[in-house]
Amino acid sequence: MLDFDFRDLESITMPKFFILTLFLFAFSNPILAQSVDAAAQTVKIALAQEPPQLNNMTATDQVSIFVLGHVMEGLTRYDRRGNLAPGVAERWALTEDSATFWLRKDAKWSNGDPVTAHDFVFAWRNVVDPKTASQYAFILYPVKNAEAINQGNKPLTDLGIEAIDDFTLQITLERPTGYFLKLTAFVTTFPVQEKFYRAAGSAYAADSKDILYNGAFRISDWVHSASLKMEKNPNYWNSEAISLEVIDAEYITADTRARLNLFIDDKIAYTQLDGETYKDALNNQFRIKKFVTGSVYFLEYNYRPERITHNKKLRQAIQAVFDADEFVNKVLQTPGNLPGASLFPSWIMGVNKPFRQEYPAVVTRPDLAKAKQLLQEAKAELGLEAIPPLILLVSDSPTATKQAEYMQGMLKTKLDLDLKIDVQTFKQRLAKMTNGDFDIVGAGWGPDFDDIMTFGDLFASWNLNNRGRYNNPEYDRLVRKAMNSNDPEVRMAAMAGLQTIVHEDAIILPMYEQGVIYLQHPKIKGMRRTVVGSDPDFTYARIVP
Amino acid sequence: MLKYTLGRILSGLVTIWFIATATFLAMHAVPGDPLMNEKATTPEIRENLARKYGLDKPIVEQYVIYLGNMVQGDFGISFTQQNRKVNDIIQDHFPVSAALGILAITFAALGGILWGALTALYRNQLPDIIIMFLVILGISVPSFVFAALGQLLLVNINQWFNISFLPVAGWGTFAHMIVPSLVLGLGTMALLTRLMRSSMLEIVNEDFIRTARAKGLSPSRIFFQHQLRNAILPVVTVLGPQIAAITTGGFVVELVFAIPGLGRYFVQAVQQLDYTVIMGTTVFYGAFLVFMVILVDIIYGFIDPRVRLK
Amino acid sequence: MIPHPALQADDFTPERSTDSLEQLSRPSLSYWQDAWIRLKKNTRAIISLYLIIGLALFTILGPFLWTKDPSAQDLDQISQAPALPKTALLVSDYLPWTPPVDQGHPAEPTGYPDTLDAVTGFAIVGTPNTQSIRLTWSPVQDAGGYSIYRSESEPSGLQGLGLPLETIDAGNILGFEDRLNLKSQTYFYSIIPTDGLDEFDVVTTLKVTPVQSITMSQALERGLIDPSDAPGRSVSLAFHPFGTDYLGRDMLARLMQGARVSLFIGVVAPFIYVLFGVFYGGFAGYLGGKIDQFLMRFADFVVALPFLLFMILFKIGFGIGPGESGILPMLVALILLLWPSTARLVRGQVLKIREQGYIEAARLLGGRPSYLIARHIIPNTMGVILVTLTFAVPSAIFTEAFLSFIGMGVAPPTPSWGSMCNEGVKTMLSHPHELFFPALFISITVLAFNLLGDGLTEALDSKMRSRE
Repeated sequence: MLDFDFRDLESITMPKFFILTLFLFAFSNPILAQSVDAAAQTVKIALAQEPPQLNNMTATDQVSIFVLGHVMEGLTRYDRRGNLAPGVAERWALTEDSATFWLRKDAKWSNGDPVTAHDFVFAWRNVVDPKTASQYAFILYPVKNAEAINQGNKPLTDLGIEAIDDFTLQITLERPTGYFLKLTAFVTTFPVQEKFYRAAGSAYAADSKDILYNGAFRISDWVHSASLKMEKNPNYWNSEAISLEVIDAEYITADTRARLNLFIDDKIAYTQLDGETYKDALNNQFRIKKFVTGSVYFLEYNYRPERITHNKKLRQAIQAVFDADEFVNKVLQTPGNLPGASLFPSWIMGVNKPFRQEYPAVVTRPDLAKAKQLLQEAKAELGLEAIPPLILLVSDSPTATKQAEYMQGMLKTKLDLDLKIDVQTFKQRLAKMTNGDFDIVGAGWGPDFDDIMTFGDLFASWNLNNRGRYNNPEYDRLVRKAMNSNDPEVRMAAMAGLQTIVHEDAIILPMYEQGVIYLQHPKIKGMRRTVVGSDPDFTYARIVP
Repeated sequence: MLKYTLGRILSGLVTIWFIATATFLAMHAVPGDPLMNEKATTPEIRENLARKYGLDKPIVEQYVIYLGNMVQGDFGISFTQQNRKVNDIIQDHFPVSAALGILAITFAALGGILWGALTALYRNQLPDIIIMFLVILGISVPSFVFAALGQLLLVNINQWFNISFLPVAGWGTFAHMIVPSLVLGLGTMALLTRLMRSSMLEIVNEDFIRTARAKGLSPSRIFFQHQLRNAILPVVTVLGPQIAAITTGGFVVELVFAIPGLGRYFVQAVQQLDYTVIMGTTVFYGAFLVFMVILVDIIYGFIDPRVRLK
Repeated sequence: MIPHPALQADDFTPERSTDSLEQLSRPSLSYWQDAWIRLKKNTRAIISLYLIIGLALFTILGPFLWTKDPSAQDLDQISQAPALPKTALLVSDYLPWTPPVDQGHPAEPTGYPDTLDAVTGFAIVGTPNTQSIRLTWSPVQDAGGYSIYRSESEPSGLQGLGLPLETIDAGNILGFEDRLNLKSQTYFYSIIPTDGLDEFDVVTTLKVTPVQSITMSQALERGLIDPSDAPGRSVSLAFHPFGTDYLGRDMLARLMQGARVSLFIGVVAPFIYVLFGVFYGGFAGYLGGKIDQFLMRFADFVVALPFLLFMILFKIGFGIGPGESGILPMLVALILLLWPSTARLVRGQVLKIREQGYIEAARLLGGRPSYLIARHIIPNTMGVILVTLTFAVPSAIFTEAFLSFIGMGVAPPTPSWGSMCNEGVKTMLSHPHELFFPALFISITVLAFNLLGDGLTEALDSKMRSRE
């Protein structure tokens, strides 16, 4: 090896120079603006994902519904206290078989046109049109002939909706529907202007300029997958009541840690936490809030005859050994979740009080001896020496797999039952669920509208979401009874009957009612968390100095 | 030279056809129904959706239509981001990934050459030992650990100084790009440092260096004019493949730093079984890779005549 | 005349062999012996070799020495940092507790009060242990409910109250039971009275340190006590030298199980695809001509596929059935995508060697093709192949870790180092050990194979041989 002196090269100061430039660059790009601005009434947030579908007639996901709830408005809406209030409709009248809405004359689209009854007729027909293939078409099934049209058995014009004049809308109902008004606050039932829709063609809602807004805000800037900015809509009929000028979703990320870091850095004013990040939030001395999302999570069994989970004793054995309390406290670990006890979440309203207060669900402590006894009986009934491994189908989300691992370990140690975990991505899991390719499936159900029926008919034999094909005539009878009545007493009594069947027949294994914890900038007031629809609702929020 | 270039381009096109076909087959082998969704739908609705996306046709016909559209540069409409063209998705998000990748490779190349040269200079002395230790760390620690630690460090720095020194996540300004691209380029930087070091050490023993010394050139002139310039060549050679690897490998960094790049889209599309987006991004990336390689080859052909003659 | 010397018989005896004159100064060494000697001189490579052997022992023998079940859940020690063995107080099984209700106090206030007094009489009921902490307090005049927070550090005023545990919407419910993931550490409970909607700015705080406890049935289930034992005695809990994960599973046992997955993929995949590549490339290189061109063009196609994208596609495409780990699909995907690089390399080597003079000489001496391949071509490509293999291992391990990290790797409950990192990175601030250990093992493995590869490259380099 040659050896000569390189010492005279010490003048190479490249690294120093390099680092210096970097620093200068960083500082010369001042990152201005904090997450809230009281003077400009601006709030910055992060979306979990790019809204996949801003066409309100076909939107189904949380993020799209969040955005649509701010930029559009239906016949009715929720006010700042969460009560149903007039929206595009000024007043209404609801009877057993019809509903009439009188629209306000000052409701305008963002292009200045008035919102008319025809816009609703067009939108609703479009929703139930089988060609639109809207997954939320069933929301309109209480409207006369909607279901038949949606299944392609009747023409669109048979839909029970009629514009008597530009500002009077007449709905004919299929059956008495006590909760019909609540449906008119949901995005699927929002109006769409036919002229604009036809002009936009297949590009409708693909970009900010391809939507017509009639809500409190309008999308002013949408950089796909990067940011989405909503500004106060000057054409909104009630714009004086709106304080916020800008809701700026400057970040789009599903990573809760990235969002927490943005919150710590005062770049966003609101973020949800999870089991992994809440401790970091605690270390930062933030005031953490909690909220019950309204969804229930449970294990659903497969009732197809070839599956051994159709055996009631087996299901009851699992029910007898599962400790929902331990599951929520030790496995989920985040505050706000409630131990699962029923198909109906605790927030659902009964006649006067929450349903679960009027009709408490049966809560039993785990009983190992009883579970073992039930398992023996199950084996005897099935004629099996040992229960073969059961397939537990779950999604690939971290929470779902964690739950599956817990169940696997728990059933193995306590009952010597083997579970085979089948982790599948979204579409694969759905395909397996639909084809009945499972014994047990981890499922959850969130409310589509603010009525007990959104949970109640889940295991009716005709419900396509009843993936385990549970079929019980008594269950069906009770659902029909509640469906065809406007009397809350009768309906809730029927639902209480359902609750009993769910427990006694061990139709599902309720695991937990989902609660979330979140951080909110203390200067934001009036932001409403809501179980149904656009959550969180910034419509009436304001920034205090 | 023209014949050589044309030949390379032609074989590149055949390669893209192969990629497209492989993607098509692999994707249709994926179990699951792309048209299903959380809420169950009636068979009628599913049929209508299938018609909309042309999934009701036999698979051979779908393949022909897909190739036909691809030749015209049309990748169709996304299944999940409804009404959004795949072309638009690529157009919007590829530049982001590319910008990140280019900056990362710049960091990696500059750093790699610099550190590599330094280690060779101070062979077996303290700077060499320290840098090589860091290099080994850079090669051995997975990128996702770096990404998470990088962001954490940033949050702490910002909190410590109580200023927004650099943004924690997001995209838009140059400041947003610095930390993610450093994290992304770290592995490659380590790789290049090693390469540069060994290349430098090899060249020290070459005859022309000895000749230069014998001529009485100053050490710094030998270092810059002869040693460094010749040692960089092998480093440049591996840059081509590394650019491709970095541009497609940015998933984790894009995820952790909330960067709207194409990689994130791809992972999402696979999870959602979004046929058109999967095919569009894969074929696009494949084509990008192929042409990067061809470009490097052609440039090499100009520099080094031996390549052309082969 | 000078007589001619007569030739004697022993003039015709052969000269004694003078072999010793041509004796080599060094013993004759084969290529491999020589390489081995040079490798042994490379301290870093030797340390790496020992590390690799250590990892192999850890993976294969580890589970026999550390027999803890990697899937056994210890819910009393969730996310436990590495620590010395702990003891716990044996308590009877948990029974639900109904908080006291003051019937003389209204549940809802009659009006909306402007101010509320701070809660008094905030106290613990019974002995606080890690099964449950029961709190009670005295009713506050006009209160319509109470909010309870829990913090791990002392709150200062209204800041840092910690976790919102419960919001009670009745002024006459005077108790709350906390069971949320309790550890044997100090907690600060804060209670704020509300009017049924909003919290008032008065806080009462209580400091509680629960004792580590275990219930009878849990202790029995884990075989820590005899059925005859009575509550009140102390029980030693299971020992976890590397701590536990999010379900209280032993990290050390999981790292061993994860090693089997990561190293299996890391070693077997490269081995198979390098082997395939050798055959493919050797075949193409030896045959040459049209077949060579065709085979290599196909390899070029496969090389052009974007690697990570296709890895994900293939992996999903093969599908993972119930109860399967997903190791096989990943292995197949790796092999399908990575064989061409070796094939190209080997082909290049074979082409080069084929042109060498000694091959020509061997052929002229009548060497058959099979002899040429076995005697000359394979041994001369071995070095390159060995180095490729060594460097392929870390990249395969990284690929596995990367895929597991983005959730496309092995399926739970099978652990791999990558999937353990994925879990650990989420809690890296609160439980750094869950990220540290798997990341450390990945790093050590990758490091060892890289350094060994470096050592081998140098040792097998024939240029280096001549230089000494």
